[in-house]
Amino acid sequence: MNEMVITRAEREARLEGMGCKRKRVEDVRFTQGKGQYVDDIKLPGMLHGDFVRSQYAHANIKRIDASKALALPGVVAVITAEELKPLGLHWMPTLAGDVQAVLADGRVSFQNQEIAFVVAENRYIADDAIQLIEVEYEELPVIVDPFRAMDPDAPVLRPDLAGKTTGAHGPRKHHNHIFEWTIGDKSATDDAFANAEVTIKELISYHRTHPSPLETCQCLASFDKIKGELTLYGTFQAPHVIRTVASLLSKIPEHKIHVIAPDIGGGFGNKVGAYAGYICSIVASIVTGLPVKWVEDRMENLSTTSFARDYHMTTEIAATKDGKVTGLRVHVLADHGAFDSCADPSKWPAGFMNIVTGSYDFPVAHLAVDGVYTNKAPGGVAYRCSFRVTEAAYCIERAMDILAQKLGMDPADLRMKNFIRREQFPYQSALGWEYDSGDYHLAMQKAMDAIGYRELRAEQKAKQEAFRRGETREIMGIGVTFFTEIVGAGPSKNCDILGVAMFDSAEIRIHPTGSIIARMGSKSQGQGHETTWAQIIATELGIPADDIMIEEGNTDTAPYGLGTYGSRSTPVAGAAIAMAARKIKNKAQMIAAHLLEVSEYDLEWDIDGFRVKGNPERVKTMKEIAWAAYNSPPPGLEPGLEAVNYYDPPNMTYPFGAYFCVMDIDVDTGVAKIRRFYALDDCGTRINPMIIEGQVHGGLTEAFAIAMGQEIKYDEMGNVQGASFMDFFLPTAVETPHWETDFTVTPSPHHPIGAKGVGESPNVGGVPAFSNAVNDAFGFLGTTHIQMPHDAWRVWEVARRLGLHG
Amino acid sequence: MIPGPFVYHRPASVGEAVGLLAAHGEDARPFAGGHSLIPMMKLRMAAPSHLVDLAGISDLATIRDEGSTVVIGATVTQAALIRSDLLAARLPILRETALQIADPQIRTKGTLGGNVANGDPGNDMPALMQCLGATYVLAGPDGSREVAARDFYEAAYFTLLQPGEILTAVRIPVPPAGHGYAYEKLKRKIGDYATAAAAVVLTLDGSTVASAAIALTNVASTPLFAEEASRLVVGTSLDAATVKAAAEAAKAITDPATDGRGTAEYRREMAGVMVARALVKAADRARTGA
Repeated sequence: MNEMVITRAEREARLEGMGCKRKRVEDVRFTQGKGQYVDDIKLPGMLHGDFVRSQYAHANIKRIDASKALALPGVVAVITAEELKPLGLHWMPTLAGDVQAVLADGRVSFQNQEIAFVVAENRYIADDAIQLIEVEYEELPVIVDPFRAMDPDAPVLRPDLAGKTTGAHGPRKHHNHIFEWTIGDKSATDDAFANAEVTIKELISYHRTHPSPLETCQCLASFDKIKGELTLYGTFQAPHVIRTVASLLSKIPEHKIHVIAPDIGGGFGNKVGAYAGYICSIVASIVTGLPVKWVEDRMENLSTTSFARDYHMTTEIAATKDGKVTGLRVHVLADHGAFDSCADPSKWPAGFMNIVTGSYDFPVAHLAVDGVYTNKAPGGVAYRCSFRVTEAAYCIERAMDILAQKLGMDPADLRMKNFIRREQFPYQSALGWEYDSGDYHLAMQKAMDAIGYRELRAEQKAKQEAFRRGETREIMGIGVTFFTEIVGAGPSKNCDILGVAMFDSAEIRIHPTGSIIARMGSKSQGQGHETTWAQIIATELGIPADDIMIEEGNTDTAPYGLGTYGSRSTPVAGAAIAMAARKIKNKAQMIAAHLLEVSEYDLEWDIDGFRVKGNPERVKTMKEIAWAAYNSPPPGLEPGLEAVNYYDPPNMTYPFGAYFCVMDIDVDTGVAKIRRFYALDDCGTRINPMIIEGQVHGGLTEAFAIAMGQEIKYDEMGNVQGASFMDFFLPTAVETPHWETDFTVTPSPHHPIGAKGVGESPNVGGVPAFSNAVNDAFGFLGTTHIQMPHDAWRVWEVARRLGLHG
Repeated sequence: MIPGPFVYHRPASVGEAVGLLAAHGEDARPFAGGHSLIPMMKLRMAAPSHLVDLAGISDLATIRDEGSTVVIGATVTQAALIRSDLLAARLPILRETALQIADPQIRTKGTLGGNVANGDPGNDMPALMQCLGATYVLAGPDGSREVAARDFYEAAYFTLLQPGEILTAVRIPVPPAGHGYAYEKLKRKIGDYATAAAAVVLTLDGSTVASAAIALTNVASTPLFAEEASRLVVGTSLDAATVKAAAEAAKAITDPATDGRGTAEYRREMAGVMVARALVKAADRARTGA
């Protein structure tokens, strides 16, 4: 080899491994419009499906007449519940233990519910046919407000559950009740409140919103009658789970179902669940013998497939006069809509809501959650968070501010006073979690110094006085948030989906020339796995990331995994990748020892190969080892160099962060201008700082949208309001504030590379930061809690109620 | 979001277009940028069986300086309004308003004619045309006629445009050099219609308002020319009390709907806030020559 001698730093840089701001390899195709999404896939003879949907939120269906539609040239079939009944597919199990009508079975329970599936030669004919299908309704009384769902005289929303006093999660108290879930020491918590010097109590609501990925839900089902095999392309965040569900429902053996998730244009939780469109497309393909494509439009996406939140949290904190918290009591009323089809990977119906003690050392706590049915779209999903973690973080972070206000304490100081201390980790929370690692005081102090917190408070005080003197019509708010996430679902003791434990997997194969193909059970929807997974392998195995191909989403080739959501990919699949790589490394060490004619124990790893201890000239690079692994392995050793790992994590991971929002509100219009937003994240080991920054930017933008106006609203009749991007707030670059990002690094002690996951932190921490800023701006005028969303007219209403408009 | 079937026509002259509309009657609709009509068709709230595309009529895409009047063809896009040096110099409020319509992509397709002819109360240009005292040139089977923008709008989507007629141009009298102007629009985000918006054009004689015109967007089923509010400010120095009185007078003629942008009460109040802010900004510009 006459290669120039290069330094260790250069060898390391060449790998583009962990810690490198490696450019996203997937962007080469995405930025040139060369991504391959479901709707880009066109198969010969492909038909198109579309739904007839309910006009009403609650009605009996007296009659469906499809005769005119069937007479339209180009219409191939119209499927209703009657056609699905003989197959037993008119209802389907949900991921939450409930059942959901695939097509309305005599009754509709939310507006835009699927009634009939039209299959036609093209989308235009399908939609023409929809206009020709007559549905006769008998309207029924509607429940929209979850607080009315359990009224004694509330209409029965789920006649199919009549007489069932026990649901999937225990006893039901009322015909519209789904479950009650409690956790924590109730009597000790009640005692803490009975003896408290100070208490606060507030109903903190998190409104209904929607993940709204730019690519809507869609699939293409193709059943091969000769082979008896089903190929299903779809926008699936969890392709293997979809395969298992499809097999269980259709009775097609799992090995004869090929689920392929191609490029996905965002998921944010929307694409975890199983939807009527998937079932109907599969049935239609089986019936017609032709491929059938179903693509949601924007209004269908926003109004039917999986909302998020609609959580109403009555929150109490007990504390001492000097601001030490002594107890937390939370009751949640959870609106799940018409069917409990929430995509919850935990074993409990309120997911990880019991992270509600947040970053604080609560000696006791109690949480009770009641789930109810209403005539709204079913769900929900975890919109860029672990299930119910965003709700929990919003609840505790708003409540801590309310307590600070009552005590006359600075909200940052109150948090500092109550943080779990560094030496308390691993920390057992009052509601049952073991926090893995953290240094909250360090992170908070760094954030306060970076933003100039004390100076901002002084400026705010001066502005408040100027406002009172009539010199300005602006008020200033400083939103303080310190959140702790719980991600990486999850340990099999805590988590499963339909009984499937929530491990994840990686399979790595080194080719003879030292390049790599690796496949995972995770599935990127934009997170950049093709980039970051290669970086983990590059560091672990000393092969440049550019020589590593990452493949996800094809259930025939990828090892079984539970997919990507809840920031689980890095904590679970990322760990599997490191563990699989280490298996390969062990074998590589044996081969290197053979080639170098030394004992394995005489070798040490050095960036991209093994060298003989004390004799650094004697080296075998991983590339050389790969060739030898196939062509001259040590005697008795199986040729080849590959490994598989299935990783069942020992614990969840607990990323955290300190976020500050500085906002100026025009009281005459209610318009809030974000002056600064500073986000410090600690996600443990950082794999690609640039991708982390991108994730934080995206999550903060969603948080900004949610807090400041993004809402799925209903009128009293259950008509969904504003289910289009005209009304549903999706910020453009113009509205989006400038983001300042920062970090500390506290590795997870139980994760092979110490990484915790970051994708969802900014949504979890961002929402309370914005909301706390609005509340902080008005607090000096006497408000204690202002409900989200904080769009201009609602903020103006607050100012009006306070008499600020003269 | 899939439209029903229709026949697409692309005439090369106004005469040909009028002929097509006459031949197909109620089943035909003219369109230019398509950003109002096509979404309605995709929602199947509109289902014309004949679409007459005006984009092929090159005479309609010009901006002409006639001295005291500027004549803008119906298919001049918002982007072209923004680019025009003539308008920047003589009618800068047009540029200011066009820049607040939708987003750059839509402004490349959306036209002045479509914006004023459609009768959508959310559109920005109708109120501006009322403020400027513009007239619309309408071509029909019996020739051409002119209608004042202040008389044109009857209700949401109902105007004096008759079936078979096409709005071919907008004639705008040019305000005197040194006039003050402002288009103040409150909206939730880029691409949104106004929660409330106000157009103001005024001239000053020393520190006294010599003339003023105020009009409002999206706070009633039609654009509103705020005649009383305009009259109130003339002869004053635009002191705080006058600005408040004008805002109150403008609010009094509004009749907004409650929608996702806010309650009717909020939107009415915002009409007042926009009028007050536009007046102050316009006067400031007149004073400083900005």
